[in-house]
Formats: sequence, C-alpha cells, structure tokens
Amino acid sequence: MTEFWTEGDPIADTAAPDGPIETRWERRKFSAKLVNPANRRKLTVIVVGTGLAGGSAAATLAEAGYHVKSYCYQDSPRRAHSIAAQGGINAAKNYRNDGDSIYRLFYDTVKGGDFRARESNVYRLASVSVNIIDQCVAQGVPFAREYGGLLDNRSFGGTQVSRTFYARGQTGQQLLLGAYQAMERQIGLGNIEMNARHEMLELIIVDGKARGIVVRDMITGEITTEMADAVVLASGGYGNVFFLSTNAKGCNVTASWRAHRKGALFANPCYTQIHPTCIPESGTHQSKLTLMSESLRNDGRVWVPKRAEDCKKPAGEIAEEDRDYYLERIYPSFGNLVPRDIASRAAKNVCDEGRGVGPGGLGVYLDFADAIKRLGRKAVEAKYGNLFEMYQRITGEDPYETPMRIYPAVHYTMGGLWVDYDLQSTIPGLFVVGEANFSDHGANRLGASALMQGLGDGYFVLPTTLGNYLAAGPFEKVAPDHEAVVEARKAVEDRIAKFLSINGDRTVDSFHRELGHIMWEYCGMERTEEGLTKAIGLIRSLREEFWTRVKVPGHGEQLNQNLEKAGRVADFFELAELMCIDALHRRESCGGHFRAESQTPDGEALRHDDQFSYVAAWEYATGEAAKPILHKEQLEFEYVHPSTRSYK
Amino acid sequence: MVTYDVKDISPDASFLEMLDVLNEKLILDGDDPIAFDHDCREGICGMCSMVIDGVAHGPEKATTTCQLHMRHFSDGDVIDVEPWRAAAFPVIKDLVVDRTAFDKIIQAGGYITAPTGAAPEAHATPVPKKDADLAFEAATCIGCGACVAACPNGSSMLFTAAKVAHLGLMPQGQPERDTRVIDMLQAQDDAGFGGCTNMGECAQVCPKGIPLHLIGRLNSDYRKALRNKG
Amino acid sequence: MAVTGILLVLFLFVHMIGNLKIFFGAETFDHYAHWLRTIGSPLLPDGWYLWIQRGVLTFAVVGHIVAATILAKRARQARPVKYAHRPKVQASYAARTMRWGGVIILLFVIYHILDLTTLNLNPHGVHGEVYRNVAEDFAPSRWYVTLFYTLSIVAVGFHLRHGLWSAVRTLGQQTAKGEWIARVSALVISVVLVVGYLSVPFAVLAGLVD
Repeated sequence: MTEFWTEGDPIADTAAPDGPIETRWERRKFSAKLVNPANRRKLTVIVVGTGLAGGSAAATLAEAGYHVKSYCYQDSPRRAHSIAAQGGINAAKNYRNDGDSIYRLFYDTVKGGDFRARESNVYRLASVSVNIIDQCVAQGVPFAREYGGLLDNRSFGGTQVSRTFYARGQTGQQLLLGAYQAMERQIGLGNIEMNARHEMLELIIVDGKARGIVVRDMITGEITTEMADAVVLASGGYGNVFFLSTNAKGCNVTASWRAHRKGALFANPCYTQIHPTCIPESGTHQSKLTLMSESLRNDGRVWVPKRAEDCKKPAGEIAEEDRDYYLERIYPSFGNLVPRDIASRAAKNVCDEGRGVGPGGLGVYLDFADAIKRLGRKAVEAKYGNLFEMYQRITGEDPYETPMRIYPAVHYTMGGLWVDYDLQSTIPGLFVVGEANFSDHGANRLGASALMQGLGDGYFVLPTTLGNYLAAGPFEKVAPDHEAVVEARKAVEDRIAKFLSINGDRTVDSFHRELGHIMWEYCGMERTEEGLTKAIGLIRSLREEFWTRVKVPGHGEQLNQNLEKAGRVADFFELAELMCIDALHRRESCGGHFRAESQTPDGEALRHDDQFSYVAAWEYATGEAAKPILHKEQLEFEYVHPSTRSYK
Repeated sequence: MVTYDVKDISPDASFLEMLDVLNEKLILDGDDPIAFDHDCREGICGMCSMVIDGVAHGPEKATTTCQLHMRHFSDGDVIDVEPWRAAAFPVIKDLVVDRTAFDKIIQAGGYITAPTGAAPEAHATPVPKKDADLAFEAATCIGCGACVAACPNGSSMLFTAAKVAHLGLMPQGQPERDTRVIDMLQAQDDAGFGGCTNMGECAQVCPKGIPLHLIGRLNSDYRKALRNKG
Repeated sequence: MAVTGILLVLFLFVHMIGNLKIFFGAETFDHYAHWLRTIGSPLLPDGWYLWIQRGVLTFAVVGHIVAATILAKRARQARPVKYAHRPKVQASYAARTMRWGGVIILLFVIYHILDLTTLNLNPHGVHGEVYRNVAEDFAPSRWYVTLFYTLSIVAVGFHLRHGLWSAVRTLGQQTAKGEWIARVSALVISVVLVVGYLSVPFAVLAGLVD
C-alpha cells in the first residue's frame, strides 16, 4: 500500500526519562533548566487558543512572569469549546477509599486507550490529576459537594471506582471559567496581551525554531505577524472535519495544520471518538449535533424494530415482540452499558440494515418506559429531568411519552500533533497542549479524561517543560522584514486573495457538508480498505472542485465569516485525506478506529499488537504528488500489559 | 431594517439554522450574507446574541438563540431580529456586537487570586452544600449579555452580581470579597453600562435563569465593603 | 433612591391617616389640621415643625428626582440606539413606568399643594376650613379634579409597588423567599395607600362627606 504514503525513519521520544515510572516526572522536573525570574519578563510566549489547556497555560505562564500573547477566534477567551464538556474530571484523590490510586488511574487510562498511548505521559497525567482538583478548588470552582461540605464524586464510563469530580452537568464550563478568571486577572495586570477575534493562519519558523505566527484580525481583516520566543498551540481537536459533530461551529484544525505543513508531525489522525448518545439529525438544515450524557444508558433500553417495514410506524404501535433490544441481545452481560465505541457501532449496524428510526432512518430508540414503570416518573425525572428537557427542547418530542431517538456523533479526536514528553512538537519551540496534541489517550479516550488532560498540560506540565526550552533564550530578535516572516505573511495574503477571487457557484458550507458525508461514510465508525481508498479519491476530486467553484462573498478587510470558513475547510480537505490514509495504513481495529477487515469471528475489534503497537506520526510532504511520510514511534508497555477487551 | 424571505424551513431547524439557510441563499444570489455570532450551538458558550421580536434570545424562556427552534413560529410570520443594543456593546457588523466590556468587569475583580501550584489540599476547607449549590447556580452565567440587552437601563448588574455571588459564597473568595465588589462595580460604570433600578427584565431573559435576588446580595456586599473601607 | 423614597413613603402613610380623619367629621378634621401646626410646641414655636417636615420632604423629593434623573440619563447613554421592535415588557409594568409615573406624581404634587395647601386653586379656599375645602374640591361637578386625583393616586400605587420592593432590594434584600415577601408587602402597602387615599374623594362623590 505505498500508493498513498511512504515510510520514513522511526522516531522516538527522547525527552522522557527512563527508570521507575513513578519518579519519571519528578526527575524530568529536576533536570529541566530553570529561567531566572528576572529574565522571564524578557521572554515572550504566544498561546493560541483559550480553552482549558490554553487558558490554564496562559494564566500560569503569566503568573510565572513570562510575557504572554494569547489568541482566540471567539469574542472572549471564556467561550472556548471546553465550556461544553458536561460530565466531569477524573482525579486519583481516592476520597472514596475505594482503592483508587494514581497507579489505578494510569492503568485504566492506558487500558481504556486500547494500548496505543505512551505509558510515561499517562502516568504523569494521573499524578498531576490530584493537583488539578486542588488548584480548581482554590480558584473557587463550585464542584458538587456532599452535606458534610466535602467534594462529591461519581463513577464514570466503565471504571470501578468513583473518581470523577463534577459540577452538575457543566463541569467543563466551571473549570474553564476558573482558568478564564485566572487569565483575566493576568490580563488586568498587563502580563497577558489578549487578542480575541484573532485567527492564527500561519506559523513562522526562523532558523529551525518556531518564532511566531501570522494572524488575521477577524473584525478589520488586518493581517499581522506576531513574534515570540516560543509558540504554544492549544487549538483543540478537529472533529469538525465531519461537518456534523458535537464540536462548536468554529472549532478547526487550521492552527495545527499550518504547523504540520511547516514540519510538525501529525500523529494518529484517524483516532476519532464517536459518542453513542447524541440527538439525531433532523434534516438537511442540521448544523451540529448535541450530546446527551451517557448516563442515560443506565436506565434507558436501546432498541429498533425487528422488521424494517415497522420503522415508519410510531414507536407505541410496535408490539414488544417486534422490538429488537439489540445491545441486550448481542452483549448479554453488559447490555445497554457497553463502551462507547461498541454502542456506536452497533447502532450504525442496525441502521445500515434499514432498521433505523426517525428522519432518514438514522436513529435508534432509547426507551425509558420500563424505567418509568419500575422507578416511577418522579424518580426518572429526578435523575434525568434536565436531559429530558434538553431533548424535548431540541426535538419537540416528550421522552416521557415516546422513546428518545439517539444516534452516534463525532465527539473527540485523540489524534493530533506529535509531541514528546515535554509536549514539544518536532519543531523546536512549538509546544502543543490539550486536545490539539495526541499524547495521552491512545486510540480511545475515557470519559472525564479530556478536562484532566487539558488542565494537566496547561497548569502543570507545560510551564515546567517550556521553561527548560526558554532557558536558552531570549532568542535573537527577528526583524519584521526577515525572509521567513515576509514569506509567511505573503502566503496568508495570497491564500485569502485566492479564496476571494474564485467567485464560483457553490458555498463553503456546501463543500464542508459534502466532505463531512464522505468522512462519516468511509472514515467514521467502521472503515474498510475499499471504502477508504474510495474516500481518498472522492476527497481529492471534491477538493479540486472547491478550489475552482467555491464562492466567498465580500472582501478581506471586514468581518467576513465565509472567508474564515473557507480557510478552515480548505485545511480540513487536506486533513481528511491524511485521516483516510492513516486509517488505511492501520490494518487493525483499536479504540476509536474499527477496521472491518480486522475483527474477531463474532464481530469484535481485533488489535494487532505485533504489527501496530506504535504511534503513526505523519510528515507533510510538499509538492502536488508527494505522499505523506510515516514515522513510527514504537510503544513500550513495561507496566500495563496489553490485553483484549471483552464485553460479552 | 431589511426584510428577507426564507422558504422551506423545517420546524425542527434552530433559529440559527434558519439564518444559515438564508445566508446560503444570499451568497448564491450575490448578496451580502448576514453576520451573526454563534459557536457551540448547544446553549453554553454564550456567543449567540440576538433580540428576536423585541425579546433577547426570543420568545422561549431560559433558552439561548441557538436552542430556539422554528416550531415556535408560524409559517408566514415576519420576525424582527436585532443585535444587542447597548453603548457598552458596540455593533461590529449586522448582528455581531463587541462584548469586551464583560471581560473588563471580570478583570477588575471577578477572580480568586490563586497562582498555580500554591493551592492547599482540596479538602482542607469544606464548603457547606447550600453555599456550594447557590454558588454554582450563580456561576452558570454564560456571559451572553442578554441581561444588558433586555434591561431598559442597559445595566449589566445581573452579570456582575452573578460573579460577585459565586465567588463571595465560597470560603476561598472571602479575602477579596470587599475589593471585588467595589472594583467590579466601578469597572461596570466605567464601561458605560446603565444603573440598576431592579426592573427584573434581565432575569426574565436570562437563558440560564440566574436569579434576580443575587443583585440584592451584590448591594449588600457593596454596602458592607464601603463600610469596611471606612 | 431607596432612602429618599422610604422617607416619602413614611410621609404618605402619615398623610393618609390624617386624611382618613375626614370620616370623623368636620370638627375633628379641622382640629387635626390645626394640631399639625402645633406639633413640637412648646419646644418649637407654632408651625416650625411643619416647616422642618416640609424641608425634609423637599430635600427627599429633590434627592429622589436628582437620583432618578442621573439614572435616566445614564440609561439613555447606555442605549443610544433604541430597538426598532419595541421591547416586550416581561417582568413588570410597574417597573417600566417608574419614570413617567414619577413625572405625573410630581405634577400632581405641585397641583395638590396649590389646591389644598396654598389654596390658590381651591374652589372654597378658606384657611382653617380644611373639611370644606376638601368637600368642595371633589364636588361631583368638578369630576375632572377627582379623575386627575384618582389617576395620580393610581400612579402613586404603581410607583410604590415597584419602588418599595426595589428599595428593599437596593438595601440588600437577597433571598428568593425574601423577594417574594417584599414583593407581596409592596403590593399590599400600595393597595392600602391607594384605597386609603381614594376613599376621601369617592366618599365626597358618594355624599358620605359633604
């Protein structure tokens, strides 16, 4: 299969110390070079993105005395999409005395990631998790508490301990506001220069080091070059390549992709988490999908009609014996509580058989009739009232009367820019934190771990490792007319001019929607060699069409939301192709990546640890016909030995 | 005001999706599409901001514009859509306004000073559940600005009060309680928001149902802070 | 606003109680009016207390108006461009009519002083004959005076319904339950005052006082 890629030299993470895993982070911290406090204010750091990772990093770096320049595309740093995280944040506090520990959190996360994550990183994540909770409480984050005034915990996503801290269904919001407020304090003190409604469109590399970015002021359209001693990307995930996802409309891959094109390796792009309990599409107008907490599966029963011809009937008219409670049938021991990837794939399978319900046949029922009968309406209301209300608001249907309809949707991307233990990409001086990097979740992320990683990176890891890099600075000032600066700026201007000059007959959204369909169909829950090959062809021809037929109205020197979208979609096209190539090359099923060719006789995911126990880090190859270059980082499992998951 | 015709809108479409459909048509017709702020489209980021038929975020209670669906309107309705109108929120383009003033209020004191790494063990200070729950309720503010848009005085009191209450209810927020309320109110006045006359329109449109009585809390905190300051 | 407003409401109460003395007949009422001039005696010379009270009330009224004007001015500055679609009143009409209501009340107070204090506009207009002044004032033929009086008192009622609650809030009332109590109390007090004040002209109209 070298039609689509070539293989380069293997790579390795040289930043992580070896030896006992428990002390690796301590030893790394000790060996890291320090920056004299007096020198810090002479050092400038650019942070792109203000979510949990970017916000916490910017605040912490500013507190430490660095001069921070922060950028976000929203109108305020408080609106980054971390705000939408519902469930909670894991931490190995063991407040429940239920046998939790840093080691257990580490173990669960490696296993949950289907043995495709680095042990060193995951162990560090588990160990800083306890500090995150302390930090957030000190900031005044109103976590749920028990009557004694101590913090409450709940269990989450298939773990056997209660280690998830939460603030009702709005944990992400509360944590983000904590980071945002810390950030605003630093803005007020003049330590952070905040640039909201600014979008990063290019990375500037001088003498092999990341030294700045090119940004567009989204209000005036002004293009400026911003220089610094280091650049931190905290620009989030790329789920919007599917057009429909639970991501915010503005989430995009542009910052990461521009860095990738300049030499940063992109790791495991095909690892996508698809969440099983989302509200299904209601029509062609659909612009995004809304997630509902997975906790619904604790009491709801999932079913579809046994016969395809029953699908158009109202649910109430389908007799009990004509219903197929397929999760309970296929997975008798876990039933409706199978992990996310399995529940999602099973829903897709029954819909592919023509037994889906609702508009377009893309939905399955999640029925609470039994729970209401068993527990009473009041109890169900107390447990799920807010979720039912949200469902009713969106669909106009009353879930107490008719079963809910649910369908899987793209939720999180585990892949991202490749980073070493120091969170530094393959470009010196370019650090990547949060969902934008690939580091901690392997092929599948556990519930309540995204918030932990974002804050762990931003509050505790990056400030140490970035200091080690900056200790060699301040670096020589880059003149505004430096060749690299001028060239990066010109590239941005040319691209914008190109978008505005095509003046075709199709809107950006129409291309994005079509790209999303291709990705969902062939690079979604189930992937095949044939499908992926086909998808690559479709993406290429659609991309060509995009560059000749897209219509971007208006001009560049104004607020122009279609121009913004055009730039993002153009990058999604390139990313989509790489995702398909990555999915194609990984001829195994693992975590969020299911290859139909690699399954057990009874249809379960089949990993091939002998061949694929590595991180696939892709190098961008220039030129039209160039193929991406695969660099493998072999994964070593010294502590948690790979085993197979089974939920039957 | 310009009137546009929008055809074939599904009742299941959200208000913003209706605008998406309209914009697609405008672009293909060679017209300027309507600029509007939006992002998460699930009612939590606080980006969407329109006054619909005279009501911030439209006719449904406790709902952001992105969660308002077209089934609440009838075929043939003429719907008036306007941006937030307030001096402190200058209009950038069409329905897009600049809400930096809210960030300024937070900068003035809407935080607890807790530098990273300096935090004590989380269980060192228990917080009564009642206080934690009320603090949470206040902290659910999404900073959308509907309160200001709806207030006949153009006041941001509910926004400020929500943050003052959230942090003032937590034991961690006590050391800065007095300076916080004084500085945030000053920042609010400096930003050009109007004064509060307890009209209550803010709480009516608040998509998160921030309770009006938090304003009383702010007033009480303010009085005590002035007294303590001497 | 809250402090001056509360001062004025206290006065309204005392004034209402005085008014109701009209139901005890001309002699009692006129005597009460005379007594007002002698409050504080012999510490203060006759009429001094009344002037002190007038001074305090004027101060409160002026303070109230100044504060209201500042708030109104700030509100106008805070929304330089009005909504094209007139905003729907969702919370309370009483709250939304404070400013115009205040202006109406001010005009009424001026008229009321000219009518029943200085007696310039009173049809009877004899100092000391308070009962007759009132009875002639609200005679059925002068229905427009009664109408204006009624409208003004209703405006006062609306003004207080919001104003009283709002004053309590401004002074720091801060619970949901307290808010309910404050709102209900404000409503009850407003209704009591409106009924109390309106009972006089309507009693005249009905012939109970003549």
